[in-house]
Amino acid sequence: MAQTVKDQVVAIIAEQALLDPADVTLDSTLESLGIDSLGLVESIFAIEEAFDISVPFNANDPSESDFDISTVASIIAAVEALVAARPA
Amino acid sequence: MNRVAITGAGTINALAHDVPGTLEAFREGRCGITELDIRDKDRLSIQIGGQVHNWDAEVHFNRQQIVLYDKFTQFTLLAAREAVAQSGLNFDGHLGYESGVVLGTAGGGVNTWDDNYRAVYEEGKNRVHPFVVPKLMNNAAASHLSMEFNLKGPAFSVATACASSNHAMGLAFQMVRSGSAKAMLTGGSESMLCFGGIKAWEGLRVMSKDACRPFSLNRNGMVQGEGAAVFVFEDYDHARARGAEIMAEVAGFAMTSDASDIVMPSKQGAARAIAGALRDARISGNQVGYINAHGTGTAANDKTECAAVADVFGQHADRLMISSTKSMHGHLIGGTGAVELLACIMALRDGVIAPTIGYEEPDPECALDVVPNTAREAQVDVVLSNAFAFGGLNAVLALRRA
Repeated sequence: MAQTVKDQVVAIIAEQALLDPADVTLDSTLESLGIDSLGLVESIFAIEEAFDISVPFNANDPSESDFDISTVASIIAAVEALVAARPA
Repeated sequence: MNRVAITGAGTINALAHDVPGTLEAFREGRCGITELDIRDKDRLSIQIGGQVHNWDAEVHFNRQQIVLYDKFTQFTLLAAREAVAQSGLNFDGHLGYESGVVLGTAGGGVNTWDDNYRAVYEEGKNRVHPFVVPKLMNNAAASHLSMEFNLKGPAFSVATACASSNHAMGLAFQMVRSGSAKAMLTGGSESMLCFGGIKAWEGLRVMSKDACRPFSLNRNGMVQGEGAAVFVFEDYDHARARGAEIMAEVAGFAMTSDASDIVMPSKQGAARAIAGALRDARISGNQVGYINAHGTGTAANDKTECAAVADVFGQHADRLMISSTKSMHGHLIGGTGAVELLACIMALRDGVIAPTIGYEEPDPECALDVVPNTAREAQVDVVLSNAFAFGGLNAVLALRRA
């Protein structure tokens, strides 16, 4: 069975955080998982590669980007939206 | 200890192909950042840069030279010719043995790497030109300068990312001050505005797609530039004795390492370098009238740099001026401190402070006098030039009016 977007995003974040995916909860923040700015940029790169999407994200001002990184759930939702908008 | 004079300067960058043109652009607050004109631009998400336009290597070099000179070497040679001509020095005799060259570059011959990787990977060729290695090596520019001007003393290159030029000029300063050299050509060069060079920077997601706006609340990243600047650092008494025009005096230098993070800057590391340069120059903080900032236009650098300046200078931080000329010529990476030293010389010699252009909104975390958008006339006696590199390597120079 194909992995869901949620499972894949959680797996990517878990790998960065050096955690088991089961320990990455939807309400976790990247900060609470111990992911710093470099880890964030690497996670976004991994997400882009996994889903063949381009994530609008500027490290200078993450809060101003159109990509909500406030929690794991918000990241999943943003990735789902980008995947849905992907040209067929 | 000997005093150290600057007796020559040369440059090529996005603003002009020489020093007078560059200083004129600084005075006018002109922006040299444009749409890039490079191969495969359409595959880049970052499409602007401080590119040197109207560059025709064949005007300056013959075919045999061009085969050996990457663009970063070409830029260096052009800048050095201007600097040496201005200094009036001739290194053909004994002076050549007492003189050398230290140059900064982060990437060296990036265009040569890029072109030849294309040839073997993309075009499937199995043979490259025999001079690829001597063309791309980081020390190529230093070596070609030594050959062109007969510099037979210390000669090497320094690679400390965005602080390369300041480290190079700091070492040149120390050599002349200690008496181990009479004169040094020093500065730096960078030319990585090619597909691979920009693609690598895109990855970090710290690049702006529209403009470099240091210290402005709405800044959104750095913009790469290219070019070179080269200076003649000369024993002060030697310069005086021959009646040379002294543009400025190099008074102090300090370097520190943050020893903490590979990309995030540290206020403490920056502050220790600034304070160290003042101590080395035996200058008190309240004598400093102007600081040429590292001022990359990234969120992290600009607020950290302002906090470091506030820490070192206390109340005087509100009286001094600090500007980033990267807003005009872009970030020349390993060559940036060299081009920015021109703004320091202009401040000391001409009494004109180069502005930070593109400034639109005050940022409470950068609440210093950043000389927004318009150059300013002001007499200053002491200036600093900051450079804070990825890797946490900081290098600050202190200059005094001649």
